[in-house]
Amino acid sequence: MQGYLGIDVGSVSTNFIVLDDVNNNIKSSLYLRTNGQPIEAIQEGMDVVSNELGNGFKILGAGVTGSGRQLAGAIVGADAIKNEITAHAVAALTMVPDVRTILEIGGQDSKIILLRDGVVTDFAMNSVCAAGTGSFLDQQAARLKTPIEEFGELAIRSQSQVRIAGRCTVFAESDMIHKQQMGYSREDIIWGLCEALVRNYLNNVGKGKEILSTVVFQGGVAANKGIKQAFETVLETKVIVPEYYDVMGAIGAALLAKEEVALTGSTKFKGFDVMQETFLCKSFDCSGCSNNCEIIVISMGKEIVGRWGGRCDKWELS
Amino acid sequence: MRKVTFPHMGTSVFIFSDLIRDLGNEPIVPLQPNKKILDLGVRYAPEFACLPFKVLLGSYLEAMERGAEVVVTSGGNGPCRAGHYGEVAQKILDSNGYKIEILVFDSVFRNPFQFIRKLNYLNKAKLSYWSIAQLIRFYWRKLQALDKLERCTHKVRPRALNKGITTKVFKQGIEWIQQSRNLGEIEEAEQQGLLALKNIPQDPDRMIIRIGIVGEIYVLLEPAVNHEIEEILGNLGAEVDRSIYLSGWAHDNTFGHKKDSLHYARPYLGTAIGGHAQEGIGHTIMYAQNGFDGVIQLAPFTCIPEIVVKTIAPRITKDYGIPILTFFLDEQTGRAGMQTRLEAFTDMLKRKKRQPLKVVGGEKYARVFGN
Repeated sequence: MQGYLGIDVGSVSTNFIVLDDVNNNIKSSLYLRTNGQPIEAIQEGMDVVSNELGNGFKILGAGVTGSGRQLAGAIVGADAIKNEITAHAVAALTMVPDVRTILEIGGQDSKIILLRDGVVTDFAMNSVCAAGTGSFLDQQAARLKTPIEEFGELAIRSQSQVRIAGRCTVFAESDMIHKQQMGYSREDIIWGLCEALVRNYLNNVGKGKEILSTVVFQGGVAANKGIKQAFETVLETKVIVPEYYDVMGAIGAALLAKEEVALTGSTKFKGFDVMQETFLCKSFDCSGCSNNCEIIVISMGKEIVGRWGGRCDKWELS
Repeated sequence: MRKVTFPHMGTSVFIFSDLIRDLGNEPIVPLQPNKKILDLGVRYAPEFACLPFKVLLGSYLEAMERGAEVVVTSGGNGPCRAGHYGEVAQKILDSNGYKIEILVFDSVFRNPFQFIRKLNYLNKAKLSYWSIAQLIRFYWRKLQALDKLERCTHKVRPRALNKGITTKVFKQGIEWIQQSRNLGEIEEAEQQGLLALKNIPQDPDRMIIRIGIVGEIYVLLEPAVNHEIEEILGNLGAEVDRSIYLSGWAHDNTFGHKKDSLHYARPYLGTAIGGHAQEGIGHTIMYAQNGFDGVIQLAPFTCIPEIVVKTIAPRITKDYGIPILTFFLDEQTGRAGMQTRLEAFTDMLKRKKRQPLKVVGGEKYARVFGN
């Protein structure tokens, strides 16, 4: 057996996927919390994936995406290091070929991607405002002492509408507290929150966008049935959540690696064994000019596997 | 000798410092905006001031540490608040007990007497007006040569086989221009520089996309502030054209004059609202008509003229089918977000170019929020 590895190192989660090379079937899939330690998350994930695949499986190529893509690329030896937008679009196109709108809400950012005839024609990405992202839901779930996994189920059980201000997390939170003290049920407040988040997303990221079906909703937040239902209500169309909604970035990375390896004919993947090595991340200030760039150095044992962060390419190595 | 400093704007620094020296002052060459300058600027500037103001204030303060006594800067045009920045900086520095004089040069046509008075003040070497005119002509020519070389790098960089080489050759060319002592030598340096750039090994078959850059003049011209966006784009395989060059000359000779851009902007924005709002709109349309694949708008955070342009942008995209990506630049130094968006943007343009769309109405367009 052989196939391609895709890794999506996000701020909140680190996801792994292995596709077989014949029909892109998913051989292994893993969703881990990054917990602020991407190197550990990558090593742990690689370990799990390698055990799951067993000895006979050969990795033909590896692709990485997400905000930690450069780091992951240096550690595993990636053939494709791509941005999240391209990765998500490629994955959605493969899973749902006639997709024309991708709604993606992750832990720290949210994006919308529009496709026409299988080509990305428009996208928007928001990463400053947290009001439209998973972190905010996480935080509110913790405040309401409700496991985030149950959030969606509770939301769709809501009986009445509660309007929560969705423009800003601070406003939303004070509004929620106000509504809670007025005696609204937890279900109604959570549903109101889902609606507020969707409203915020469409007003911010989706502003001025022509949202045509087929609509695909992916990213970690797609697990939340309340948000999905809120999208369907507002957009008046069916919203598809693909089976592997939470690892779509990783799927895209694996597909892009396949594309890249087809071009180059060989892979840079270092194998699963390197995961036993110790990776060290250090930084120093370059004093070559007045920019004083902070240079980051990733080393594996004694060998330097990656170095970046400068404004020029003096130290660049990846 | 009186120590004079001035704003740092891209590669033009040596030209202004030589001019100030020739007028009989000691130039305090401003540093490329860095962390320290930004820290100083942020500490003393009003929180809501835009990035250019913070950077300039910070660089004046930094230059003062090296003895600067006078700042020479330019005034603004129209209602954009940048026109007050000289005075505001003066007030802030005064009230914090700094001794420095800020000399704002507005257009000579607005108030010729004041202009000449300020010029006399700077003219420590007591040069005749004829000699000053000669000097300005000489340095203006240098500025043109510099802009010409820079435009050439934009063509070469995306096609170069070796990624870093274009910037290196360009730096060499800048040195040649700096060292030339008369108009003939400038001409020679320019030719030599252009030749060196053209001789960089290139891949003629590479698919190149063309991207126009519009926006506020300072964030457009200062690579240290816009995270070297032109270089990033070049390395991503995009040929870049900037709508504003300091000498203005190079651009006007390729695409037409400022009044053309105003003509195209009129249906969208009929009045001057300050900054480069109308020019930005006009140039975006001109880029679309000249077959560019996309446009990037660079704006300082809180810049009203650019916010207006951003709001109009979706309509231009709809009417002319050109994708526009907006970046609001502020104090943040992380370039990862910008890199991701630029990568996605160039990816999108390349994939679109490879597979032209069946366009129905104004369907193919892009808006990206840079923050």
